[in-house]
Amino acid sequence: MVAAAALRVVRCGGSSLHGARAVFSADSKYLLCVSGDFVKMYSLATEETLRLMGGHADLVTSIQLNPHNHMQLYSSSLDGSIKLWDFMDGIPIKTFTVGSKLLALYTPASFEDSVFAVIPKSGERDTFQLVSIKLTKAAGQDLEAKELSVVLDDVDVSPKRIAFGREGEYVASVKEVNLQVYFFKRKQLNRFSVSAVKTKSGNNHFTCIACHPKEDCIATGHADGKIRLWRNFCHKKEYTFSTLHWHHDAVMDLTFSIEGTSLLSGGVESVLVLWHNESDCQKDFLPRLGSAIEYISMSPDGALCCTLHTDNRITIINSNLRFSKSIQGLIKSTDVKTGLVVDPRTKALVLNGEPGHLQFYCLQSDQQLFSLDIVQRQYIHQAGLSQADLVKVAFDAQGKWLATVEEREDVTDPELQLKLWCYDDKTQSFKLNTRINMPHEGHITDLCFRDMDESEEDSLILVTAGRDRVFKVWVMVEDTDPEAQQSVSWSCDFVGSYHNYQATNCCFSEDGSLLAVSFEETVTVWDSVTWDLKCTFCHPPGKIRNICFGRLTCSKYLIGATDYGFLCCWNLLTCALEWSAYLNVLVLQPDPLSEHIAAVSWLSKESSLFVFKPNEPWPIYIQRNLCKEKIQLAAFVPRDEPETVGSEKHCWLRRSQLFFLTDMQLAVEESLPMTPFSLLLGKHRHQQSQEDLDLGKLVVHNTHKQDSPAVKELLHTPAHVLPSASFLCPVFINSLLISKDNKSDEEVDDEVEMESEKTEDDSDEERDVTEMEQEDTNPMELLGEMTYKLSKSQEKELRKIRKMDYSWISAF
Amino acid sequence: MGEFEVHRVRFFGLVPAGVRCLACTPRGGRLALARTDGTVEIYNFAANYFQEKVIPGHEVRSVESLCWAAGERLFGAGLSGDITEYDLLGLRAERPVDGCGGPIWSMAANSSGTQLAIGCEDGSVKLFQVVPGGIQFERNLDRRKGRILCLSWHPSDTHIAAGSIDALRVLDVSSGQTVQRIMVNYHVQKVKRECVVWGIAFLSRGTVVTADSFGRVQFWDWQRGTLSESHTISTSAALSLAVSEEENSIIVGTSTGATYQLQLLPVKMGSQETRWVRTKPFQHHTHDVRAVAHSPTALISGGLDAQLVIRPLMEKVQRKGYDAALRKFTFPHRRLVSCARKARLLLFQFSQHLELWRLGSTNETGKDGEVLPLCRMPEHLVQLKSKGPEHIYCSCVSPCGSWVAYSTASRFHLYRVQHEGDSVSVRKVPKVPKVLPPAYQLQFSSDSDSLFVASAQGSVHVLQLLEPGGCKHLHTLRPPSGSPEAVYLLAPSADGQWLAAVGGDWAIHIYNLKGFKHHCAVPTYSCAVTALAIHPLTNNLVIAYSDQQLFEFSIPKKQYTAWSRMVQNCGLHKVWLERDSPITHITFNPKSPSHILLHDIYMFCILDKSLPLPDNSALLMNQSTLKQLPETARQRQLHAFKICKKFQPLLFADLLDNNCLVMVERPIMDIKTQLPLPIQQKKFGT
Repeated sequence: MVAAAALRVVRCGGSSLHGARAVFSADSKYLLCVSGDFVKMYSLATEETLRLMGGHADLVTSIQLNPHNHMQLYSSSLDGSIKLWDFMDGIPIKTFTVGSKLLALYTPASFEDSVFAVIPKSGERDTFQLVSIKLTKAAGQDLEAKELSVVLDDVDVSPKRIAFGREGEYVASVKEVNLQVYFFKRKQLNRFSVSAVKTKSGNNHFTCIACHPKEDCIATGHADGKIRLWRNFCHKKEYTFSTLHWHHDAVMDLTFSIEGTSLLSGGVESVLVLWHNESDCQKDFLPRLGSAIEYISMSPDGALCCTLHTDNRITIINSNLRFSKSIQGLIKSTDVKTGLVVDPRTKALVLNGEPGHLQFYCLQSDQQLFSLDIVQRQYIHQAGLSQADLVKVAFDAQGKWLATVEEREDVTDPELQLKLWCYDDKTQSFKLNTRINMPHEGHITDLCFRDMDESEEDSLILVTAGRDRVFKVWVMVEDTDPEAQQSVSWSCDFVGSYHNYQATNCCFSEDGSLLAVSFEETVTVWDSVTWDLKCTFCHPPGKIRNICFGRLTCSKYLIGATDYGFLCCWNLLTCALEWSAYLNVLVLQPDPLSEHIAAVSWLSKESSLFVFKPNEPWPIYIQRNLCKEKIQLAAFVPRDEPETVGSEKHCWLRRSQLFFLTDMQLAVEESLPMTPFSLLLGKHRHQQSQEDLDLGKLVVHNTHKQDSPAVKELLHTPAHVLPSASFLCPVFINSLLISKDNKSDEEVDDEVEMESEKTEDDSDEERDVTEMEQEDTNPMELLGEMTYKLSKSQEKELRKIRKMDYSWISAF
Repeated sequence: MGEFEVHRVRFFGLVPAGVRCLACTPRGGRLALARTDGTVEIYNFAANYFQEKVIPGHEVRSVESLCWAAGERLFGAGLSGDITEYDLLGLRAERPVDGCGGPIWSMAANSSGTQLAIGCEDGSVKLFQVVPGGIQFERNLDRRKGRILCLSWHPSDTHIAAGSIDALRVLDVSSGQTVQRIMVNYHVQKVKRECVVWGIAFLSRGTVVTADSFGRVQFWDWQRGTLSESHTISTSAALSLAVSEEENSIIVGTSTGATYQLQLLPVKMGSQETRWVRTKPFQHHTHDVRAVAHSPTALISGGLDAQLVIRPLMEKVQRKGYDAALRKFTFPHRRLVSCARKARLLLFQFSQHLELWRLGSTNETGKDGEVLPLCRMPEHLVQLKSKGPEHIYCSCVSPCGSWVAYSTASRFHLYRVQHEGDSVSVRKVPKVPKVLPPAYQLQFSSDSDSLFVASAQGSVHVLQLLEPGGCKHLHTLRPPSGSPEAVYLLAPSADGQWLAAVGGDWAIHIYNLKGFKHHCAVPTYSCAVTALAIHPLTNNLVIAYSDQQLFEFSIPKKQYTAWSRMVQNCGLHKVWLERDSPITHITFNPKSPSHILLHDIYMFCILDKSLPLPDNSALLMNQSTLKQLPETARQRQLHAFKICKKFQPLLFADLLDNNCLVMVERPIMDIKTQLPLPIQQKKFGT
């Protein structure tokens, strides 16, 4: 019973792996880790993601092994539920609904049927309490767990700031400068505090806490880098502590070894420190771990430890403090200047990684494949230094050549390098072939290879467009120098310019015969053999933001988006504007394997996706309100095998998936068949059902102002692309006429009715879906009204205009 | 507070000697301290850690180790190879006994205080019997190579643990044999450096604790000869070690100036298993901490930077207050400066010489806080070097500036200083009367006619000074009931009629100088007198005690004055009572009879008896806030204590005439520059 497929956005990866402490399975063969809304299970032998356990409707905040069954895992989430998983099979066993946000979860072994969680105190903002939650033993999957009792008041949100002592005798919590210890058996609460003096090295607020597994000893980390070891804290007065100090900045996490003989600590220094015997003088270091250590966890047998880093990496470390393995997720670079590029060879997504590095990110496994050092210079972690960074990347069609541009932002002396890398089959990596210093006088705005399917090496051409008002063509030449190790290198072949405008974008047609280069407001088309200027297009007054050629059957079209909010399609055969639409396009991304083009627009604080074919002026698919964030980048990634998609609307996803990057989270647009199982999993907050609307009306010539859109169109379209005046005259005259209101209203109503019928048809089996659909249609309609701010009459009018408009095109 | 022209004197180049060793009496009532120049000081815990007695040093008598034995008898031993008993009543060293083993590095008394063990350069441990009137050699224990740097008796007195270089030994007292020898650097591989055991302690459970030059504190099971615990507490040497009487806390001093506490703590709540845990580090010193002691309520450490630091254990202190304050003593609790008011001279006392300075002068005036330019610079007039190896006990310059007197352990010297224009000549007064040395305090009468010499057994000698340069013994004043203790403070009245004298038993006797007879005794108070003075107009005796109490006693009426009773009824301000350094000098302003001028190391205070006492809610140090208040509000806020903390550390303050004060400061930084460089330590971020 496969229901009609619904398209939805799925957060597919890149979510931070350092949301909560990782957990080792009891046999230390698997590592369980929180990743956004999911729990991931990695194999420690192969570093592979074995299982992805989803089902929480919000961020997972904590995972803990079930102390009474080592094959089970508890997870807590902000959605207010605790789930018990069988992680070997990856299936949820039970869901306990608590009702309030769960910020941390603890499952000390000595408590038979209760777990502990941090929840917000009702009625007070930013106040949290530790409660014990009694988990009922009742049968059934979905259970209520409402039996809460407060253990500690006024605790900190962070799960690192609460720890349970040996055998669950006591619980310790730190907040700011206070430490409180609650003894369960004696029902005694002891409070201690450190002096709140601020020193040069920062304040001494508590940052994290760990309890000794065998003895009455509490280790606390502080913001000034000190570690205090508290003892004798069962006495209010005769407590004592000793201090260990190595970290120069806040201690981010602490963990005792299984026997408690040593203590591990980590912080922003990216150094794991092993303290022996609680002594200040005996310590070992594992330095150069790459980035700040966020969490440390120990395996139950003590043989391994694992650190989670702020750059989405999991490092597995042997007990003798030797680096063992690392699992790298998507690195959150501060600025993804390179855009999302797909490596044709590995189908991996390529983007900025560590500073100066290019990361190859595998979408299927949500892991980094490898990192290529492009800049090859030492990166200095210091604010305010301008250091060379990677800004542009391009692959050729086969993935044999890689072109990278790096630049150092410097007001007086900008540094620019173009590097060409050749894939070396022996080393299975890219090898630097040519380095060109200062390829342009100004920033390089775009670069592209001529994508030739034939494997003729010499036909490979690289074009770079620069802000120095030229574009340059680079070709491979035979190296004449006998001492050179390589046979070919790259050199400049042609420099083109147009009216001394800055070159902003460049793009080759599918067959490689034409090169389109945009110069501010104008798109120029060049013959790639003779380098003659063939023709120009423009759509004033906006400057060209993106351009791309159509593919396959639509290869005669050139699509451009301007920063005045127009999406234009030019016919290369007639050299005329085929159609244009008013759309504030941020991202224009052609699918390399089909004629579809995806455009992401940004309107009134939400991103919308439009998929269209250049030969049709209406989109084949619209996804409103894709997400609230600005979508920065998008890329089509070819599927390994074409998907069988039933619906006509989703055929654009048949061969590729569209990935886009919001504020550093990858999401994928994909179609899932509506099976009961998928519904079970499908309580995803990002899920958006598909709208079956005639959305042609959205791609219309639109206007903010009250003046007639036809007039505006007339004035804004360049003269040489306008049809003859005889065509325009009736349009213009018609636009000035006032049409009847009633009719248009009815029309719209009809449409809406039709829609709702359809939805019901689609979803009569499952109530969930209907609900969701209705939820989604409402804002949709609302939004339509808001964005247009037009009366029904105007809408009607517009529709008329559109009809008129295309009539003249068809006449061509 | 009134305005004064202040001579801010900073040319007193005193460098206190470093602390070499410390010893607490078994019941923790007193602390004996020896400095590197051989000075031995006794601090009384009951009297708020007042420096009760000082026995000045001797050039050749270094003290490496001090111990209390047979009750309250104090013994010292040093590199001269002698064992010296200190006469705490007469404040001098008795005749030394030769240890016959070369320089003595260490000495320890057994728990009953009947036997002394010394560790010598030649590797021998010798036992001495403490007998009345001295000590008697008993026998030699097993001798091995390597100097014995530290010794500790087992509380049952059956064994002695001795720390040496690279090894520690356990000796059986009855047989005299070495029963265990443990190499301490056995566990350190490929180390060529020798490991010096600087400190050792024998615990009653049979554990030997050592502190060594590798910065380790190690716990050994002496019977098996095994290491049971090792704590590396410092990268530099651990120099000293002391154990509390309950044997649950250890203090260790290191050469970086840090001290560490180790505590014996239960591993789990309610379980019997305990473990030594290094807990708190304290960094109060800048140089080597050569000596530590563990009193029941405090950790005590003394360093080569001359500081004695008493750090109370908060968990052992019952109430917050005087006992809970951290205190640091750098300067002696007695006067090293004397002032000739009329001649405007200052006499500075060093360990082996005296310096006489003339104060500078100015003829300009200025506003509050201004620094006036000098028209005549202060002038170093005379340096008097004491002959012989003995250190100076006390010194004094007469108010007219023409007499200087000082005393060493065996001799008393009087000099006549003649000023002829700018030149100064010093002539020794021949044939001084044969009063029994040493003098513990010297004081000239205000008319410079007579000299009072504080002497042993509570007696005060009165000498008459004769022009042009002679002196005659007039009388010896003695308390009627007699006293074994020496007099350590004297206060003559301005009219020359009265003399107050304080002995080591803290009894204050007042003598009438007209008839040389005992006038009366001030009712005894259970605390040490730190300063006293007689008011020039009313002949009231003002007394400051080490618990910061102030009393005023009318000599003519032989009773406490009404003001004094009022003070006792109302009580002094809490902040005043919690100050941690004693009042060292009291003086008066004849122009404003209600004022008492007093000072300690950290503050100078004018006590105005005409104003109300502050209650605990009022601010004691309110001078800066008063300045900002309008006149009417200021009147309401005024109280008796007017405190100025501008001059620190203040060694001496006196009123020269109506509006002129002299303040002698010794900035700590100036002392630090005189000390050798501390151990270089890498400090992060520098």
